[in-house]
Amino acid sequence: MEGNIAEMGQFIGAGLACIGMGGAGIGVGHVAGNFLSGALRNPAAAGEQTATLFIGIAFAEALGIFSFLVALLLMFAV
Amino acid sequence: MAATEHGGSGFNIHPMDQFRVEPLFGGTEVHWYTITNATLWMALTVIAVSLLMVAGSRGRALIPSRAQSVAEVTYGFVRKMVEDIAGKEGMKYFPYIFTIFLFILLANLLALIPTSFSSTSHIAVTAVMAIGVFVTVTVIGFMKHGAGFLKLFWVASAPTVALRVVLAAIEVISYFVRPVSHSIRLAGNLMAGHAVLKVFAGFAGALGVGAVIPIVAITAIYGLELLVACIQAYVFTILTVVYLNDALHPGH
Repeated sequence: MEGNIAEMGQFIGAGLACIGMGGAGIGVGHVAGNFLSGALRNPAAAGEQTATLFIGIAFAEALGIFSFLVALLLMFAV
Repeated sequence: MAATEHGGSGFNIHPMDQFRVEPLFGGTEVHWYTITNATLWMALTVIAVSLLMVAGSRGRALIPSRAQSVAEVTYGFVRKMVEDIAGKEGMKYFPYIFTIFLFILLANLLALIPTSFSSTSHIAVTAVMAIGVFVTVTVIGFMKHGAGFLKLFWVASAPTVALRVVLAAIEVISYFVRPVSHSIRLAGNLMAGHAVLKVFAGFAGALGVGAVIPIVAITAIYGLELLVACIQAYVFTILTVVYLNDALHPGH
């Protein structure tokens, strides 16, 4: 059991940062699920709203990508 | 993707090695004028875009050929997107948006060729595009509306003045975070996808005969990456159009 404690902190931090991706997963699922339930109630209006759907997904997903980036920075740039 | 090439090497392949920028013609130093693999693949992207559009618009047949219908469908798709979101005024900027869309789409798709280089997975590449969009949109907003463009930050429909001040601060911050999230979204998605492919390739190398399972997984992930490549090009473009629409029609 020997090694660099700073390196250990890096790995633990990178792992912890990945929890944020789960949050993005919840967010994207929420957007898509609500879109689907709305679209099934009123299929006629659904087609025009796909752009809004993708914008919503993109915004929700961006935060997950940020946490992924933090993990990458901890692993390779620190 | 690279399972057979690295056969037996197991976990020795590093998932991030594929993103290394290396000079094409010997040497190890990278200057601003050095021709690297990134240069090569971006040039190939430009050539691919030109070929697609030249081949697509050469025939101008009433019944389109395959290349022509691909070009026409792409054109119509982006055109409708700009018209729907930014309106008639937005059509002036359609060439810029169409260029961005085609470059990102073709760069993403070319990056999926095994052993190729993924230029859009580099934040340096996407940041230049995102900062370009940010500066362009800001300049358009101030040119069209002058100081009235600042109404974008002032939510006049909020009930109290104190709330409006707080909202203005949030709006300003979110405005300046735009190029960051805009660029990192594209680069991060691409980088993550390609790294996952490489990690599974490493499993295939380590497992020997059992490598069938990761190879099937790689095939499935490859299909997913094909989808991601198209969706991310779409998302980058649609956000560009949304930002453009904010500049053309500020206010809430």
